[in-house]
Amino acid sequence: MAEIAERAKPRREITLLAGLRERLTSKSFQHGAVRILATIIASLGSIVILFPVAWMLSTSLKTKFGAVQLPPQWVPTDPQWHNYVDALTHNPFHIYLKNTLFYAGVGVIATLLSNSFIAYGFARLRAPGRDKIFLLVLATMMLPYPVTLIPTYILFSKLHWLNSFKPLLVPAFFGSAYNIFLLRQFYRGIHKEMDDAARIDGCGYFSIWWRIILPLSKPALAAVAIMDFMWRWNNFMGPMIYLDQREKYTLSLGLQMFRAPFGGTYMHWLMAASLVTVLPLIIVFFATQRYFIQGIVITGLKG
Amino acid sequence: MEALSRVIPKSKQARREALTFYIFISPWIIGFIVFTIGPVLASLFLSFTRYNPGNPARWVGLMQYETLIHDKIFWKSLKVTAYFTLLSIPLGLVASLSLAVLLNQDVPFLSGFRTIYYLPSIISGVPVALLWSWILNPRFGVLNYVISFLVGPSGLIPLGIQGPNWFFSEEWVIPAYVLMGLWGLGGPMIIYLASLQGVPTALYDAAIIDGANGWQQFRNVTLPMISPTILFMFITSMIGSFQIFTSAYVISQQGQSLGGPNYASMFYVLYLFSQAFRRYRFGYAAALAWILFWIILALTILSLRFSEERVYYAGG
Repeated sequence: MAEIAERAKPRREITLLAGLRERLTSKSFQHGAVRILATIIASLGSIVILFPVAWMLSTSLKTKFGAVQLPPQWVPTDPQWHNYVDALTHNPFHIYLKNTLFYAGVGVIATLLSNSFIAYGFARLRAPGRDKIFLLVLATMMLPYPVTLIPTYILFSKLHWLNSFKPLLVPAFFGSAYNIFLLRQFYRGIHKEMDDAARIDGCGYFSIWWRIILPLSKPALAAVAIMDFMWRWNNFMGPMIYLDQREKYTLSLGLQMFRAPFGGTYMHWLMAASLVTVLPLIIVFFATQRYFIQGIVITGLKG
Repeated sequence: MEALSRVIPKSKQARREALTFYIFISPWIIGFIVFTIGPVLASLFLSFTRYNPGNPARWVGLMQYETLIHDKIFWKSLKVTAYFTLLSIPLGLVASLSLAVLLNQDVPFLSGFRTIYYLPSIISGVPVALLWSWILNPRFGVLNYVISFLVGPSGLIPLGIQGPNWFFSEEWVIPAYVLMGLWGLGGPMIIYLASLQGVPTALYDAAIIDGANGWQQFRNVTLPMISPTILFMFITSMIGSFQIFTSAYVISQQGQSLGGPNYASMFYVLYLFSQAFRRYRFGYAAALAWILFWIILALTILSLRFSEERVYYAGG
């Protein structure tokens, strides 16, 4: 049918149509169309994803009444920058910040030391039972944390460690399955000739770990450090269970308590304080995303 | 004797290496005993006792488990958590995988898009919970404003649809948590994207020669090749969704009771927490924790079984 219809048309039009059809069905055109369509959808999606953060910023710059005004002001006409000063001085946020930096800082150092040490054993040293123990390490990842939560709480209370950072920091010195796994994967990618050369030079296992493996593992160590830092910065349940006094609060705890007395009415302050809390994370993320994403991918793909 | 000699390495060099191995992993062994297996056994023991701070643990046999069977809020929390999981896992999987496929179409500024989509995953916890309870505020929230602007009684398309009460509505509170969770779709998306990029292009070339169209390529090449990643993400996100706590705690404290309204957002771990640290019923909370353990174990084994013939492992 189509052929007959085509034959009936003037010759010039046929070649035009055929040319158009050829272009529309050609591989490069389809590829280009898909690419453009995908880019448009991805861009629209980006706006949706970024909107809540923009809304946080917008609310944080409004007056108390401007924040609940309808229809909403998308961009505040008279930005109230002093909201930030008010929100941060109304509560001892500098103390929360100091506590968070202490908790995250010590935690990251402990995490790096313990996990890089333990992972070396699993990656390089041969011993009977090693693979079975490693399976056990991986199995602990599946364990839901509520199962250990209550006895550990009782243990720390018996040690009189409640209302201190010890319950939050001491376990970091004993490694965690996820980080051991990530670093072991990375170490195994380092050529063993490096170890052998060092051993010929008279290095023992400890100095191989410290002088050869650690310097070569900087990207993986960075990934572990960044993820651990962010996790601690965001962590809420641990600090909430173990820290009682305001002087010990971390940012996430302070933010939650800050909210409580006001309900929803002081949204401009609440959003200002929230934004200040997440801003360091955003900065760290942008500065280090190469390592960060690598770390996620190493564990996600090999899992 | 023979069995022993198989375990203990023969040469002096090998024995030293084995000893060094145990020295290197000794922090983990200590931590495992003190912070993992010790507490696991202790909580199993606690679940057969009545125990609160100040009083010694008293053995009560299966009493806590019997109480649990008759505890309406326990069943409610199980239902709430299961409903959330059933809603959020498929939606999250489809959304993040589609996004990964989309970004895998040779899109320009790939790393920029990746960064933007990943951003919500890094700012988890309290600020995110506060932000979403503000966006989903029934009266002043921006989402309900947009809904009424578009399809409200005097909206652009006047369908007379009003935004729901979200976190304050028994019906809508779980969808609200699902929506909030979907904002973090960039996390799994990054892993799917990396997995997609690992599919050998030769397989697509072969499929094209065989005349496969886009969907057929996805169905018969992409999906089988990334199926191990999908399974991994499915299991980890299921385990994660059964343990949701922080957002539920922060949001439901907003002028209403924990897990409100009317226990409609009483997630399992939230209930466990309130039993342990509000009412100090450690024995009961330990029983709840062990039930959670069995549920998660059963679901993990089930998904592994179910996926056995559906997941393709290259070279294995």
